[in-house]
Amino acid sequence: MAKLQEVAKYVRSKNAGPFWATIEIFCSSEADYQQVIQSKNISKASIAALYSVAAADVQMYYIPDIYVVKISFPRPYPSGYRYERDMHYGQQYRLLAQVEL
Amino acid sequence: MESCKILIPAGACGVGINDAAFASGLAFKPDCIAMDAGSTDSGPAYLAKGICKYSDQSLEHDLELSISGAVELGIPLFISSCGTCGTDSSLEHFVSIAEKIIKRHGYHVKIAVISSQMDAALLERKWDEGKIHALPGAPEIQRDSFASCSNIVGLMGAEPFIEAHKNGAQIVFAGRATDTGVVAAYGLMQGMHEGACWHGAKVTECGPQCSDTSGVCVILELDRSGFTVYPTVPEAHCTPYTVSAHLLYENTDPFRLTEPGGSFITEDAVYTQLTPQACRVTGSRFERAAQYTMKLEGARLAGYQNISLVGVADPDILANLDRWTAFMSDYVQGILDKHGFDRSTYSFHIRCYGYDAVVPLMAGENYVPREVGLLLTVTADTQEIATAVAKEFNPYLLHLPKDVQSADDLLPTFAFPFSPVDTPRGPVYEFVLHHVVEVDDPLELVRIRYRQY
Repeated sequence: MAKLQEVAKYVRSKNAGPFWATIEIFCSSEADYQQVIQSKNISKASIAALYSVAAADVQMYYIPDIYVVKISFPRPYPSGYRYERDMHYGQQYRLLAQVEL
Repeated sequence: MESCKILIPAGACGVGINDAAFASGLAFKPDCIAMDAGSTDSGPAYLAKGICKYSDQSLEHDLELSISGAVELGIPLFISSCGTCGTDSSLEHFVSIAEKIIKRHGYHVKIAVISSQMDAALLERKWDEGKIHALPGAPEIQRDSFASCSNIVGLMGAEPFIEAHKNGAQIVFAGRATDTGVVAAYGLMQGMHEGACWHGAKVTECGPQCSDTSGVCVILELDRSGFTVYPTVPEAHCTPYTVSAHLLYENTDPFRLTEPGGSFITEDAVYTQLTPQACRVTGSRFERAAQYTMKLEGARLAGYQNISLVGVADPDILANLDRWTAFMSDYVQGILDKHGFDRSTYSFHIRCYGYDAVVPLMAGENYVPREVGLLLTVTADTQEIATAVAKEFNPYLLHLPKDVQSADDLLPTFAFPFSPVDTPRGPVYEFVLHHVVEVDDPLELVRIRYRQY
């Protein structure tokens, strides 16, 4: 099976205010986009497990016109908490990028 | 007026406006210059301390360009979230830099300074009236949470900019505001399409990020049916892809974005390439909320820290790094207990850069690094406790073998880059509020002061 980072053109993550995080998966073609959105490993449950959040709190948005999937969830700790590992959440996309589709 | 042009010089005032792209922008004869200057992205310390993230030198550069451009063209300049966090202290500091520029040039101009710093006692009254509501993902708060914050700001919308400009202010410096309000204000005031004003503001508030080229300026052209966006230099382009993709950036829901007075809905928006450089957008709409609200941001003291950094390249240690760091934590915990440290007054955390400090390892991922930087962070109720705990760790950060019981283990010595080896970090802070407060009027909790030069 291919990893997400081998199929997607670009995966990025970012904080959305101090209490939320968001990840976007950009694909280059309809075929790649379909492969991503049909994977059971790109789901609310898998995101929840990967990022230690509740599946009910994970939101997924599909933007087929530009082959993008956007995933948003509350951060387990607000930005800048005392043992912060990634203030802007900008590197946390790496966990999702390595997932097998 | 059938249309108007807003020049957005940069994603944030202080980040460094591109001089040439700004000059090209002025040549388009904009009707207004608008720009955001703040964010909570860099963490709670800026808000808690009321300080700015950018250097005075870079603020002066960006303000010199923006103020001179606006005065020379005789157009308004709106800047929001001045001084990163938008507290009164950071706003005043920001305005003092602007004043120096205005006086140096001898400009005759009326400015408005708008504060949205919130008073804890007032918020307690709002709390009692049931007018403060948690947003999704908010932490639990109580009535006394407001007073625990060293600073609280409310995010204003477009209305205070419009009010100040209608009262004759050519330049408006505002405390904390939504990223979009500052850009949307002029078009809304001129009666342009409401959905387009907000959607266009959201697309352009990060400046060049809605184009294919970084470090340029963009123009948002608003009219009565939609908006057009383009960069100010010929080598850059705004396309349906770059414009619609940027709408996704750092927000939760890209189809419905909430502002103090309502939400703008972008799901039916149509993006068209108008010229090789310009993208046209129509079909967005604004839905007024039944109740006007301001989002609150607050931060407070969360303790005091001390950090130590030590380098490890020993392959035996690195082959079992998790075990070694767990051993260190347990071993030093025993010593801290023996020396009478009260566990309720401190905590500590060990993180190995070069191994799993930035992104956790995936299940089953076996990785042996070549070297790591071990960062020990201690957080305590006082700086004295934090530093004392760090000092207790010091002999073990320097020498802890992989197994103290084994006769095979000679005393290793690890690599400190600094002396003293531990560094007191002073106070650390935390975000407290992710709430909105109901207001009777968009101007109820903001204060506008005017100054004539």
